[in-house]
Amino acid sequence: MAAPKTITLSVSRFDPERDEEPRLQSYDVPFHDDWVVLDALNWIKTHADGSVNYRWSCRMGICGSCGMNVNRQPKLGCSAFLRDYLPGPIVVEPLNNFPVLRDLIIDMDSFMEKLRWVKPWIIREETALSAGEHRQTPAQIEQFRQFSMCINCMLCYSACPVIPIEPSFVGPAAIALARRYDLDSRDRAGEERLRTITGNDAVWDCSFVGECSAVCPKDVDPAKAIQQTKFESTMGMLLPWGGTK
Amino acid sequence: MLDIPTYDVLIVGGGLAGLRAAIAAVSTDPTVSVAMVSKVYPMRSHTVSAEGGAAAVLREPDSFESHAFDTVKGSDYLADQDVVEVFVREAPLEILQLEHWGCPWSREPDGTISVRPFGGMTTWRTVFAADKSGFHMLHTIFQTSLQYPQIHRYDEFFVTSLIAEEGRCQGVIGFDMRSGAVQSIPAKSVVLATGGNGRIFAFTTNGSICTGDGMALAYRAGVGLKDMEFIQFHPTGMPSTGILITEAVRGEGGYLFNAEGERFCSRYVPSKMELGPRDIISRAMTTEFEAGRGFTGPYGNYMHLDVRHLGQEVIDRKLPFMRELGLEYMGIDIVKDPIPVRPVEHYMMGGVDADINGATPMPGLYAAGECSNVGFNGANRLGSNSLPECLVFGAAAGRAATRYAREQTPPTANPIAGLVRDEERRIRTNYLERSAGGDRVGVIREDLQRAMDRNVGVFRTEEGLQEMAAELPKLRERLNRAQLDDRSQAFNTELVQALELECMLDCADTMVASALARQESRGAHARRDFPERDDERYLAHTMAYQQPGGPPRLEYRPVRITTFQPKARTY
Repeated sequence: MAAPKTITLSVSRFDPERDEEPRLQSYDVPFHDDWVVLDALNWIKTHADGSVNYRWSCRMGICGSCGMNVNRQPKLGCSAFLRDYLPGPIVVEPLNNFPVLRDLIIDMDSFMEKLRWVKPWIIREETALSAGEHRQTPAQIEQFRQFSMCINCMLCYSACPVIPIEPSFVGPAAIALARRYDLDSRDRAGEERLRTITGNDAVWDCSFVGECSAVCPKDVDPAKAIQQTKFESTMGMLLPWGGTK
Repeated sequence: MLDIPTYDVLIVGGGLAGLRAAIAAVSTDPTVSVAMVSKVYPMRSHTVSAEGGAAAVLREPDSFESHAFDTVKGSDYLADQDVVEVFVREAPLEILQLEHWGCPWSREPDGTISVRPFGGMTTWRTVFAADKSGFHMLHTIFQTSLQYPQIHRYDEFFVTSLIAEEGRCQGVIGFDMRSGAVQSIPAKSVVLATGGNGRIFAFTTNGSICTGDGMALAYRAGVGLKDMEFIQFHPTGMPSTGILITEAVRGEGGYLFNAEGERFCSRYVPSKMELGPRDIISRAMTTEFEAGRGFTGPYGNYMHLDVRHLGQEVIDRKLPFMRELGLEYMGIDIVKDPIPVRPVEHYMMGGVDADINGATPMPGLYAAGECSNVGFNGANRLGSNSLPECLVFGAAAGRAATRYAREQTPPTANPIAGLVRDEERRIRTNYLERSAGGDRVGVIREDLQRAMDRNVGVFRTEEGLQEMAAELPKLRERLNRAQLDDRSQAFNTELVQALELECMLDCADTMVASALARQESRGAHARRDFPERDDERYLAHTMAYQQPGGPPRLEYRPVRITTFQPKARTY
């Protein structure tokens, strides 16, 4: 029988009660071929060191909790397979561009405020439920579907080159979600939401490097949302009839 | 007066039921103040993993009576029929409400909402957003909730106990996970919407956060847990991880094959085939495995779930997430390969005893969603009934809690400050200052999970359940001696795991005791030693109450039957 395979994880450790700076701590982890980085962290927490802290829940790439840097690349821990990093070691660190609360856990309250700021809800006169559904064809859904797939995992904020320079930049995911509602045939926000994301701290801050779309695990393509918004607001300025629906 | 914020309505849990309750509270009374307290950010809640869809009677020829009958028959006649009748009427309105809030329901070419077939449903009535229905519903309702300044969120706040003083619930005690500081959040009413407890098992579809916290909070406060022996095993989990393969795969026409190439469902549910109810299909698969007709792999026996005949266009339009999950986690393309699947723990039918408005017997305490039992699911929940359950009964609980709060005086200061000190001391001395060299919390949890898989699975026996009943006090004793590696205050997830494990053990006590006492087979509770349903003795809800130092005290409560008299459940 082959000896059990092991891989070394170097995990960023930071405890605000004790540490000035984060430090790396290494763990040798026996693993199976189908294990992901999250499985390795769970093994460490259960069998080697219960004090390693990270967020996770669904382990199937949908809850968005386990964003982390794996060998300097923003990834979901639940979809970064150990076999892709052989022979190791694998360096696991918190996402960039957020304050670190503990080990791999970032403070993402800034995003929660930015999300609210773009008004990610349907804006229109309320209609009675008794009137039934608003009709929406598959083609109309297709207009915004891609932007509705965002899981708020923060990988795009970690990759974004603008955020470290302009922390108030509303950022890729929030703009994609604003666009999701702007493109929804049921929405009547018109200028109300568009003015927000074409004003200060919004789409014009983007330098269009496209890193956000490159790292997105759900193919949301926030860079496209930003470009579309820029284009639409330009048309709105140039053409009296143009721009918004 | 208290110098800390107090609220009219406090909701524990930010998933579909909790968020629906919060918005219902604001709609009932725009002047209400709502605290939304969750141990995660709301969009991480396990609703996010729901895939297949939400059942509701949208149009002819479907009828309320048909949905009600399917639900009652699916429940093996343990559902309270008055509750089911209200549910089927409210569910379509809730689906429309979500639509008005922007949920991207899949549509027909004419723009109307699509429906798909689902297990145990006699007609097509399951509304869906491709195969990420829960994800879209959760993000839609969470984003919608952001427009209400009345809803104040406490994200990543772990609740450790209810404030039950002067005979009513007056808020919660817990800690902000960032600081670790124990504090109270007083409120005139509390809604528990904390979800399920699937993580009590090793092989489960549930996310790591599903640890039965709300059930344990209510149980410790003296409220009964109802029908806790009824645990749903979903037929189609990924053999390695337990990741859910949605029932919509079969709804859209997928076949289940055993290793002999047979669609074995014909032996068990000939009229429904793959669209039989989950309890029956899971038993059919287990029976086939025992007869040697399963495939064998590194994770034990499995069957093939095959959608190749549907073609890539249908798969990519209706089941894109399944294709993504197959490629990512199994290295298969479901367009070209059958999907290996085996039964997996999925859903808790039982929960906090609550009435049709979500009211528990404790004044001021409400419950909704998977953590509750309003008498709706009985002994087996039908697939796609739980998402609308969260909406219908989440909204009902939010309304009722708001109306109740309007009649109440604010919580009083004196007892609360003392309770916070007691809770802070309990956590510190039990976990953070203990120096004995016991097991790690994670190891004890794994032992619980494996023992539950072994003894409280698809089929149960007296011996297995007795073994589990004997094991639980030992696990609790080990937790009492557990050694935490992490003694810090800031974001100590090992401490959270320890407190969650307390909740899981409380739930497991009621599950095992309730299963032992029910000497019959009904719905998801299948006893090898009592294979028949026994309406004479057990057409009744099990109520489990905590007793100090022993197993729970059990009582039975009659089922409310209005329209459908119990008869043999064959499909």
